[in-house]
Amino acid sequence: MSVDSVFVHKMWNDHELSKMVQGGVPFAMLSDGGGKVGSVYGVYLEDAGVEARGRFIIDPDGVIQGFEVLTPPVGRNIGESFRQIQAFQHVRNSKGAEATPSGWKPGKLTLKPGPDLVGKVWEVWKTGMAFD
Amino acid sequence: MAEEIKVGCARPTGGPVGEPSPVPEEKPQQQIKEVKTMLTVGKKAPDFTSPAYHKGKFVSVKLSEYLGKWVILCFYPGDFTFV
Repeated sequence: MSVDSVFVHKMWNDHELSKMVQGGVPFAMLSDGGGKVGSVYGVYLEDAGVEARGRFIIDPDGVIQGFEVLTPPVGRNIGESFRQIQAFQHVRNSKGAEATPSGWKPGKLTLKPGPDLVGKVWEVWKTGMAFD
Repeated sequence: MAEEIKVGCARPTGGPVGEPSPVPEEKPQQQIKEVKTMLTVGKKAPDFTSPAYHKGKFVSVKLSEYLGKWVILCFYPGDFTFV
């Protein structure tokens, strides 16, 4: 979503993005003229008249599970967004019984929060696991 | 003469120049505290509709139509910049 019109979205997709991604952008490119939606989400930069690089993860119940907002010059890490969604999905599928510690990726150890884990995380989770 | 501008990662913008427009007479300001609802994790994402371009068509997208699915809502400064 950006403040550009759908016509500009079309030009960008058809003339540039479709050269990077075969078939063009697979998802909807939303237009937010005037930044009305961006203002509600706290990412509209009034002075510049544009939206910051805001990214919101919204679960199947419509609940915001996480967000990240960067100023325009720095791009995002798409892989990190996917990792977070995978982690939120894992937690959701476990109905909250499991938690995913730092650096978790599918296949890595999860934690089962409870009285027995208090003070014992160090026994099962090592700092090296925060990194790839 | 028009001056060349440096193109950054956001759309170049302008604004009015010269003398500032006369300031409207200050009315006795009621201290209305604008309670801006801060977005919070664990709270509902504000619903909205938005015109969109999707696979060759101009459509209208409503966030709540995606209930039941995981959604990444992504804002960016402008087309023809990176994401």
